[in-house]
Amino acid sequence: MQLTPEERAILGGERGAAARRALEYQVKVGEFWDAKRFVAVTNVHMMGDIEVMGDGGLQWLKDTAALGARCTVGTTTNARCIDFAHCERLGQDAGEVAKERELIACLRRMDVVTTDTCINYQTVYQPHLGEHVAWGDTGTVIYANSVFGARSNFESGPAALAAALTGRTPEYGFHLDEHRRGVFTVELRARLDDLADWGAVGKLVGEPHQSYFSVPVFHGFHRTPTADELKHLGAALASYGSMGMFHFVGETPEAPTLEAALGNRAPAERLVVTDADLERVYAGYGLGDGDARLVVFSGPQQSLLEMKQLAALFCGRRVKAGGHCFVTTNGGVLAQARALGYAKALEDAGVTILEGVCFYILQNLSPMRVANKWTNLVSNSAKIVNIIGAHRFNTLLRRTRDCVDIACTGVLR
Amino acid sequence: MSAARLRVARAFGPPVEGVALLSEEGFSPRYDLDRWSGVITKAGHKLEGENIKDKVCFFPTAKGGIAAGWAFHDLQWKKIAPKAFVFGVTNPVMVQGAVFAGITITEGWMPHPREVLKTGDWVRVDPLGKWIEVLRRQA
Repeated sequence: MQLTPEERAILGGERGAAARRALEYQVKVGEFWDAKRFVAVTNVHMMGDIEVMGDGGLQWLKDTAALGARCTVGTTTNARCIDFAHCERLGQDAGEVAKERELIACLRRMDVVTTDTCINYQTVYQPHLGEHVAWGDTGTVIYANSVFGARSNFESGPAALAAALTGRTPEYGFHLDEHRRGVFTVELRARLDDLADWGAVGKLVGEPHQSYFSVPVFHGFHRTPTADELKHLGAALASYGSMGMFHFVGETPEAPTLEAALGNRAPAERLVVTDADLERVYAGYGLGDGDARLVVFSGPQQSLLEMKQLAALFCGRRVKAGGHCFVTTNGGVLAQARALGYAKALEDAGVTILEGVCFYILQNLSPMRVANKWTNLVSNSAKIVNIIGAHRFNTLLRRTRDCVDIACTGVLR
Repeated sequence: MSAARLRVARAFGPPVEGVALLSEEGFSPRYDLDRWSGVITKAGHKLEGENIKDKVCFFPTAKGGIAAGWAFHDLQWKKIAPKAFVFGVTNPVMVQGAVFAGITITEGWMPHPREVLKTGDWVRVDPLGKWIEVLRRQA
């Protein structure tokens, strides 16, 4: 890679051992992808929690902090694995809870802003067209690239932290124009009335095109999609397809026309999504043993408007005795939801609101499943029904209103 | 099987040898793996029940998820990491994670591994030369 004098100075240790180590790591990653140089980033969003990092990761983080590591750009954190207000009731391991506190303190010493959210793009930072950032999780990245026209690759926790320490990232992938052009088209002839429908589209499109650089171009939809709808679409595309970007003609900034989105090239494939396709998605989930005791609204965390909708749907109802219904969101949204009465409506209905976490990340989730004898997991998030498989849930995607009905009646359908 | 070698397009890490584990399905440590045992636990995964520890793992694709960055390091720490990840198509997270953990990783293959080797064969991955060679066939 071509290095600037500043980068050579970092490698020479002029900005400390932590920055040197971070840049050495970034050079190796950049060389794998044939990056020619680094590009400066203005913002970093990183994943770091004890469930995924483990003891080795925590030790590495402590070592890095001890080297005097400090973020050089605004750096925020993704959802974590423990809500300290609920960890005992959830049966999470006290030792791991203590480590999570230690980990958070360590990140703060490095000047990381521990926002604990996977919807930073809705609540914390909205990069502009062409702005280079270094974000993870995948849902944040695909939203940044597609809806904002910003530029980021999937940046894992260590890679994002390295970018925070050096203020740059290797220039490859979606930092380059050549990878941002649409590859194939998807005509949306479906109504898409529910957030789950948008996730189902992501499954239909992503699953058979599992490639980071396979950029779909959506067109032909009958109205303007909302931010929450694009959030669920993007999260599902990233989950099922490992995709880092999409275009939506007339809606996203790099797709004023179909031709522009495709870079004036012919699409490799033309897909059409209809209502019948969506119904086949929903019908494809087996009911398992019929267990309807776990309904989850999470992955991504709920926006304020999602909280409002859920509060309205649960108003005057109760979660069926013996059942569990979880909603996850971030601290900012929860504070507003409390002020506006949405949180009370949900809690009055027996819903548990978890703050700063995403359900699939929860520490101790497999033992939690066993202890509660949960077999099925029902959600309106196509992402979560896909991502949680290692914990051996049988998962079902259902529309939001149907999820609420299942939670309150205990009847799976 | 016409050849005992396949070429890879990109590679990182030290040369390694190990037992090949071929998958017809993509992989993510978050989606598919019990990260406390190294066993693929996702119900219905083509390698469900297989342990990836010390294997040279061949996956056609990388699934979504940002977890690999820390998770591969965690697998090393727990001494249940594979010897190498060999991907047909991968994503940045897998590479960032493998580099961070010091696990050999490659992307792009020619020909397809199923034309050259089988699960259980003993293979050598040479990132510098960008090739993978079958050293011993499974008995």
